[in-house]
Amino acid sequence: MSLIQEIDYGTPASTAEKTVTLTIDGNEVTVPEGTSLMRAAMDAGIQVPKLCATDMMDAFGSCRLCVVEIEGRNGTPASCTTPVAEGMKVSTQNERLKKIRKGVMELYISDHPLDCLTCAANGDCELQDMAGAVGLREVRYGYEGENHLGKEKDLSNPYFQFDPSKCIVCSRCVRACNEVQGTFALTVSGRGFDSLISAGTDYDNFFSSECVSCGACVQACPTATLEEKAVVEIGTPEHSVVTTCAYCGVGCSFKAEMRGEELVRMVPYKDGKANRGHSCVKGRFALGYATHKDRILNPMIRDHYSQPWREVSWDEAIGFAAKKIKDIQAKYGRGSVGGISSSRCTNEEVYVVQKMVRAGFGNNNIDTCARVCHSPTGYGLNSTYGTSAGTQDFDSVEDTDVILVIGANPTDGHPVFASRMKKRLRGKPGEEGAKLIVIDPRRIDLVKTPHIEADHHLALKPGTNVAMLTALAHVIVTEGLVNEEFVRERCEWDEFQDWAAFVADERHSPEAVESVTGVPAEEVRKAARLYATGGNAAIYYGLGVTEHSQGSTSVIAIANLAMATGNIGRRGVGVNPLRGQNNVQGSCDMGSFPHELPGYRHISNDAVRETFEELWGVKLDNEPGLRIPNMFDAAVEGTFKGLYCQGEDILQSDPDTKHVSAGLEALELLIVHDLFLNETANYANVFLPGSSFLEKNGTFTNAERRINRVRKVMAPKNGYEDWEVTQLLAQAIGMDMNYAHPSEIMAEIAATTPSFANVTYDLLDEKGSVQWPCNDQFPEGAPIMHVDGFMRGRGKFIRTEYVATDERTGPRFPLLLTTGRILSQYNVGAQTRRTGNVVWHDQDLLEIHPHDAEQRGVRDGDWVKLQSRAGETSIKAKITDRVAPGVVYTTFHHPMTQANVITTDFSDWATNCPEYKVTAVQISPSNGPTDWQEDYRELTMESRRIMPAEAAE
Amino acid sequence: MERDKLVYMANQIAKFFESAPEGARSQGVADHINKFWEPRMRTQLFERVDSGRTEDLSPIVLGAMPSIRRPAAPLEERASKQADEHAS
Repeated sequence: MSLIQEIDYGTPASTAEKTVTLTIDGNEVTVPEGTSLMRAAMDAGIQVPKLCATDMMDAFGSCRLCVVEIEGRNGTPASCTTPVAEGMKVSTQNERLKKIRKGVMELYISDHPLDCLTCAANGDCELQDMAGAVGLREVRYGYEGENHLGKEKDLSNPYFQFDPSKCIVCSRCVRACNEVQGTFALTVSGRGFDSLISAGTDYDNFFSSECVSCGACVQACPTATLEEKAVVEIGTPEHSVVTTCAYCGVGCSFKAEMRGEELVRMVPYKDGKANRGHSCVKGRFALGYATHKDRILNPMIRDHYSQPWREVSWDEAIGFAAKKIKDIQAKYGRGSVGGISSSRCTNEEVYVVQKMVRAGFGNNNIDTCARVCHSPTGYGLNSTYGTSAGTQDFDSVEDTDVILVIGANPTDGHPVFASRMKKRLRGKPGEEGAKLIVIDPRRIDLVKTPHIEADHHLALKPGTNVAMLTALAHVIVTEGLVNEEFVRERCEWDEFQDWAAFVADERHSPEAVESVTGVPAEEVRKAARLYATGGNAAIYYGLGVTEHSQGSTSVIAIANLAMATGNIGRRGVGVNPLRGQNNVQGSCDMGSFPHELPGYRHISNDAVRETFEELWGVKLDNEPGLRIPNMFDAAVEGTFKGLYCQGEDILQSDPDTKHVSAGLEALELLIVHDLFLNETANYANVFLPGSSFLEKNGTFTNAERRINRVRKVMAPKNGYEDWEVTQLLAQAIGMDMNYAHPSEIMAEIAATTPSFANVTYDLLDEKGSVQWPCNDQFPEGAPIMHVDGFMRGRGKFIRTEYVATDERTGPRFPLLLTTGRILSQYNVGAQTRRTGNVVWHDQDLLEIHPHDAEQRGVRDGDWVKLQSRAGETSIKAKITDRVAPGVVYTTFHHPMTQANVITTDFSDWATNCPEYKVTAVQISPSNGPTDWQEDYRELTMESRRIMPAEAAE
Repeated sequence: MERDKLVYMANQIAKFFESAPEGARSQGVADHINKFWEPRMRTQLFERVDSGRTEDLSPIVLGAMPSIRRPAAPLEERASKQADEHAS
């Protein structure tokens, strides 16, 4: 193993189709028109010395190190800013160029500390490399003159430091922040010799500035000026392995850079097709949880959750759990146990869990955390298009003319894709950016952010998505903006006509629903016209669409809009669900839903069941199993007694906490398989320690259906990869399961699931990743779906009647609470709360409009009591006009906030996906945490007691 | 008082299919329940309807009842499990 060194071509690739042939140092090179001389030289294997250029951003031409000579042209142009031309003859090395470069380097080094041996970037420094490359042997100016040495370091960011003494003001960091991340937090202050890199204003440091800690500047820095603190502390890495981030559904590729078994840093991988070399604060830096002292590494059991935990051997824990499963099934029937698979685990692990439940437990009580996030996507897209997946790859956004974002907050939830989206929104010189429509109750960052402003922000009332989407359809149909050619060719025409007549009804007009949505009708009309006529239009949506009582209806409405306007089946368009967790797509694909076998095939389908029955040697139940909320209901009723829960904290993440805890309390067996003693484990009697994504092999499938490899870089600290733990349990209940490696599990998936038929680890190693469907029809995967026809044949239009949620405001609960997340934290926070990320967000806050706050006598930072029909909690207030009057907003990253004590058990009509996004609440001033919060804290402390294993005699 | 969840869920499904063309409504509800409801949930629905406690149920749900699959056999008779074979 060695350190993977990616080639830096100096400037971005040209996308031109026309090619140009030229000669560089006597070598003939043919490259696309618009390529820089520097990149063309690198293509020919000639590395022109450079400092300010890197291929992640546009050429800048400031360092003057990359100068070349061109036959017939005067002077020495910079190769980074000079495009190729037909027949050009270029020299990259001669006496004149050597002299210029040496002179440039001499000046740089005269104002640079000569502490290379003790510098953190020693061996990984482009300035050092270039001094060597140009043959610098002395600095004639001496080091005594005016300089920038001895300046104070900025250590304010938890993950990287800024040492201005080492800065050469190449402005790569500034450009990375602008061009790659799109935050514009950095600038060069002063001029000439006084030029300094500055974060925010003069009074700011990196932490207090707008910096979002994505790491793009650190990545871009050619010196040790911006350096990971981990490298300062540990030293440079010696080998690296390409793997996939385990945070959000973007699925960024990273090089895990290691020294032995110690992770030094995660570096975004340029060949990663989801992230193209970019990263965010979570994937790049928030890895501390993997080695956090809270991680539980030994299996534990107890007879009842009121007792302290007992550390035991794996054999004893697995034996204890298996016996309980059998006893419970003998006593209460085969349907009395079930499992929950995790969207944070690999495809292979999820597949094995559903296999154990279906073939081992002998029922279909298997569900996954996608139940509470994107299950309506499954229902909605399956009903209309014939399969449950986003239609595009992320690259597609580069060809989009109109971006419609609804119920998603990409800059916080999917930051790396948001950066790619922002790049397209900003456009580039000579090319206008895409137009933007945002439909969200809150003024999310994307609405107004540097160099981007939404053309239309439809700030609707929470819970009125279907009314809004149907009104958009009304405008498109009644103003004659339907793409009739597309609809006639690709969709069921009769159903379209039925739908068109339905949406054309006056009661669906923007004017008619204005009182419901709260959005001025004219604004809705303009947005509809823009979406329908602005060129390639793409819809991106998130949990603000799905987590409603009409979540599935909204997804259908979105699918209808895209079909009616012909925005399906090519680059730049489509319907794109932004998936929450790293492997939500995969866990759904792998048959985690109680009614579906892998590949979205219904359990009642005899032929499909027979495929698995033959392979697994058992008869499978042909009835759908219990979904997560049904499991809690059945537990409270007494017919569901045992649950295996892998990598999900249902007590914290699921709505109506009191109902969930009542269900968990009623279980006789709760197996929690996790990295930490999470909140759910409070009610568990078996704890099986899990492994982190750094400790296992497998695959994750991201929001664009991309199957990415997860590669093991260290041995599991708990002893087993998670699929091995499930396999141990499966064996203990009598199953014949003996996989030696996850690639064998993938082989079984491919053999049984047509959309994965050609997927193998060899193919993934060769291609880097593939997007399913990957089979004989699409041998290398399918970046865009429904190109020649919909998966179901013809697209299906379905009527979408708006039905107001039964969760209504009234005199007792006059405000609407909606929930979301924040950039630095992830999901229930189990991982990110155990990293340096807490400096950005150490508690959940309640956003409230100044008007509502004033009425209630609430000041910024006050404790307030938040009450709903389901429960109450206390939380600190943050006064902001991001939310509209009448709407309050909070995150759910911290267990002590217990935001889900407040949320109700209302759910999506089709999938039971909880209605997290709408809860009627009241708030009032408060002194601090509620009694319930205090009691809960006590219960948690009590429940986490551990008795160490007794030493053997 | 706690809502009767099952009735609530059934009515919610009916509400969606209410806007479907006439004739497709009850069939839509029945298909949906057959596809997604675990047998014990369907059993509870039948118990309620069979005992005549139908006052809270949407007419569309009632119209769907003839097309909803009545869970016939208990789970033990529908499927076998590997553990049993190994135990013998």
